[in-house]
This record gives sequence, structure tokens and C-alpha cells, in this order.
Amino acid sequence: MLFVQNFPFMTILLTLICAVVTSVLSGRNARRLTIMMLSVVTVMTAAVMVYTLSTGDSYVYMMGHFPAPWGNEIRVGVLETTMMMVFCVVILFSFLGGMLPSIREIERSKYNIYCILVDLLFLALQALVYTNDLFTAYVFIEINTLAAAGLVMMRQKGRNLVAGVRYMIMNLLGSSLFLFGIVLLYSITGHLLMENIRESVAVLVETGEYKVPLTIVVALITVGLALKSALYPFEKWLPGAYSNATPSVAAMLSSLVSKGYIFLLIKVYVRVIGFDVICSMGVLDVLFIFGLMGMIMGSVSAVRAKTTRMMVAYSSVAQIGYIFTALGLRSEIGIVCALWHMAAHAATKSMLFISCAEMDDACGGTHLRKNLRGAFYHSPLLALAFSLGAINLTGIPLLSVFMTKVTLVQAAIDVGGRHMGLVLGTVAISTLLNAVYFLGTAVNLFTPTKEGDEVLPPTVRKNRYTVVGLIGLIALNLVMGVLSQPILTALAEGLTRFA
Amino acid sequence: MQLLVNYEETAAIILFCIGFSTMMLHKNLIKKIIGMDMMDAAIFLFLASQGYIEGRKAPIVAGGVQSVEAYINPIPAGLVLTGIVVSVSVTALMLALAVRLYYRYHTLNLDEIIALAGKEEV
Repeated sequence: MLFVQNFPFMTILLTLICAVVTSVLSGRNARRLTIMMLSVVTVMTAAVMVYTLSTGDSYVYMMGHFPAPWGNEIRVGVLETTMMMVFCVVILFSFLGGMLPSIREIERSKYNIYCILVDLLFLALQALVYTNDLFTAYVFIEINTLAAAGLVMMRQKGRNLVAGVRYMIMNLLGSSLFLFGIVLLYSITGHLLMENIRESVAVLVETGEYKVPLTIVVALITVGLALKSALYPFEKWLPGAYSNATPSVAAMLSSLVSKGYIFLLIKVYVRVIGFDVICSMGVLDVLFIFGLMGMIMGSVSAVRAKTTRMMVAYSSVAQIGYIFTALGLRSEIGIVCALWHMAAHAATKSMLFISCAEMDDACGGTHLRKNLRGAFYHSPLLALAFSLGAINLTGIPLLSVFMTKVTLVQAAIDVGGRHMGLVLGTVAISTLLNAVYFLGTAVNLFTPTKEGDEVLPPTVRKNRYTVVGLIGLIALNLVMGVLSQPILTALAEGLTRFA
Repeated sequence: MQLLVNYEETAAIILFCIGFSTMMLHKNLIKKIIGMDMMDAAIFLFLASQGYIEGRKAPIVAGGVQSVEAYINPIPAGLVLTGIVVSVSVTALMLALAVRLYYRYHTLNLDEIIALAGKEEV
């Protein structure tokens, strides 16, 4: 075994050790250690990604001295490392970009707790992406939920506590449904390891046994993870959680947490049950319809939102809708589109949350969209970052989300029939609505204030962390736009080896 | 008849449904937490019943290792223990939150809490 093949295990362990050590550090040192850990894990993940891309192969890594199913194991391939690479870069720059607001808004004595929760969130995300065992996935889903809820409540305001409780209730409901699903699956297959379940399910499908329980399993797991990833109409908890949290937390929740659950869902569909079996069940039709509804309803709510952060939060509902619509198309290209949009949306939404929160502060602590008029003239980097995110999510060519829309339409045309008409119509309406709220806000940033307009003084000074974070996220978005075709090809190849 | 033969699983599913509806329909935070715990307990009952094999004993080695046929399946028990740890942590956090919200808003009704929090400044 090559040394680089140990890196996924080492990054998980490093994150865990960092979380433990952080608990005895001061806020400043906890922050330094977390930045260092995120940087080291990003470099190590890059090395593993290069290795898997160069060999094109995947491998299974034994955790400890006992082989699975007695021990535990992780699986590392092109798909896992590519997604993990995007997640690493996004979490690093989100943490840096929103550092000053988090220092300002979180009590000094509790800052190390904030860092512990970021570490645990990152740990759970890595475990969800790499794990090869369904019960391990459940345990880390719960760790992810607890860490995310804690992060939402770090501001200690009433609205944050309420957002945290609502987040917990909906997510715990999702976790219980997911757990019941895997327990039922264990009772009919006798396994928890993904490859073993796959073999047993293939036998069950061939013999026609346990058809109804298997459908119930898929329904429970799908609804559980859809609840947790805020698919419409289960999105009621999302706007409050995203818009009241600190900018870094909002960026991490919207970009990473929901994507981790969707990645796990794709893993269950492709690696555990088998996509052909899933296609024969009709569950994907439900996801397709809810996805289409989310694309429209999320955008309608975003148009009606008065504050910038609420608008960006509701736009996440629409973008999650794109991912589930792509999944619901029952085709390989649909799954590739969903995976691509997970990465594209993660990179864009984190940049939008960081830039709009900082812009609110630069415009006198306002939260209203209309008060951001002329923000470009005093905060050019923030306005440029927001505008790049806005035009990207609208679907302007040469940027990453444009490729999502092209791939989604291509997948719909391949499927044909009613699916094609529904996708084409909904993408057109959704793009129009995206243009209304995103481009409208972006144009406002570049419109000079008129004489007599009230201009509020900035409530915070500029800082180098925000500059580094935003430049990193802008670079990531541009790189993803330029390299969209090679990344899509890598995802498609990774998917063929994923099953 | 199958429902009566597999009475443990049947009871687990009924308990899960009661917990689910309690969590969804009640506005009181404590009742929601009770509902959540019932759902978890129902899943643990279901899982534990999968590992039990009539006529065999607990997989605790006493007086030398016997044949595999002598013991029940220990894996579900291990999973239940892990699940209980997770469930207890979640319940503790939810109860702590309920106390915090009660001190702040003097009610446990979630709808009232949401309405009161909505009136606070952003």
C-alpha cells in the first residue's frame, strides 16, 4: 500500500484529534489550530485526489486491525476525493472569510467551542463521504446534526435558539427515518457493509422476495435524507437557520451539510441498493416532482424576501431542487449533473453568504436588499464576489451553474417524454426568477446613490481574512467554470466505478 | 397472523408511529422530545428483536467458549448500545435547549416561542 493511500484515514484522525485538543485551548489558539488543520487536510485530500485521478481506481481501507464486517472500513475513489476536495476548499475559505463576524458575534469565552463544532462538522462530513458502512453513516449523520445545530445557536440570540430547535426537530425526524430504514435493511439482508448489502439485494430482486419491505426501506431512507437536505416541501427550517447564523456557519450549512446528506443518498442508491432497482420503484418520480416544485417555490420565496440573507437562503431551496430534479431523471447523466451541481452550488453559495453578510455590515449594518445601493463604490471586492455568485446562479455561460443547466436539459432530452417538457419549462421559469432577484440585487450594487439618499457609515472595518476567504472562493468558482468539462468527465468516470 | 408471530416488530412499528405523530403534532417541546425518544426506543426494540434467537443465551463467555450455535446474534445488541449513546446525547441537548427557551420566553409552546422570537430585532 502506498503512503498516500493512508491519507483519508489520517485526515479523519487528524480532525478528531484537533477537535479534542481545541477544547483546552484559548479562542485565538483554537482558531489558529483549526485553520492549520483545515489547510493540512486540504493538501492531503488534494494528494489523494491526484492519486485516484491518475490511477482511475478506487480502494478500500481497513480502519484498525479487524477486517469488515467485524471492523470498520472506508472506501476511497475518484468521486469521493473530488467531492471532498471541493468541500475542503469551501470550508477553509468559508472559515477564513467569515472569521471577523464570528469573532465579533460569538462570546470570547465560547470561541473555542465554535472551533470544536467546526472540527466535528468537518469530521462528520469526511466520514459521510468515505464510509463504507451504513451504521457508521448514521452515527456521523447525528454528529453532523448536533454540530450544525450548535453552530446555528452560537450567536446566543433568541432567533438563533429558535432556529436551532427547529433545525434539530426536523433533522432528528430525518435521522430517525434513516435509522429505521437501515435497521429494516439489516433485518432483510443481514448486513451493514455496502458491498454485502448490494449482493444480498441483487439476490432478493432476482428471487422477488421482500419486494414491499425493500420499497419501504428506500422510501424511509429517501424521506429521511430529503428532510435533512431541505428538499421542498421540507424546507421550513432552512431560512431561519441560514439567515440567523454567522456568515461562516451559513456558508458551511448551505454548502456542505446538506450536500453531505445528498452524497450519502446517492451512495445508497448507487452502491447499496443499485440504481436499476431504485428506478423500478417510483421513488425517483416523487423526488423529481418535489425537485421541480422546489426550483420554482424557492425562487418565488427569494423574490419576495426583503433581506439579502433571506434571499440567498431561499435560493438554496431552489438549488436543492435542481439537484433532486437531476436525480429524479433516472439516468446516469442525471446523477452526474446532481453531483456537479452539489460542487458548483457549494462553491457559489458560500461566497454569496460571506459577501452579503459583510456587505450588510459595510452598508451600516443594514439587512434590507434596497439599502445595498452603490455598495460597489465603497466595498468593491464584496460587491464583485456577490455579483459573480449572482450571475453564476442565474446561469451565465462560462460559469459552473451554466453547465448544470446544460447537463440537466441534456439529461431531460435523453429521457424524453413528459420529463423533458417539465424540465425545460421549469428551468426556463426558474432562470427567469433567478435573474429577477439575483441580477436585480447585483445591478443595485453598481448603481450610484443619488443625492439626498441616506448613506449609513460602515459598522466594521475591512479585514484581511475576508479578503483571503473571498479571493479563494472567487478563484474556486472561476476554476470550476473553466474546468467544468474535465471535472464532469472525472465525475462520470468516478460514477461508473462507484457501483 | 404474521403480525402476532412477530409481535416484537409489530409493537416496535406501532411505537414508532406513536412517537412520530407525537413529534409532528404536539406543540409542546417536552412532548416533542418524548415523541423523539419513543421513535428511537421503537427502533432499538426492533433491532434487539432481530438479534434474539429462541433457546440461545447471551453472548457472554462463561465456563469456556461454546459453539457459535449456543449464542444469540451479538451485532444488533452492539448497534443498540451505540444508538442509545447517540440518542441520550441528542435528548440531553434538546432538553437543555427547552430549558433555555423556557427561561427566555416563559412557555414551552413552540408556536408561541416562534412568534415571540419573530418580534425580536434581527
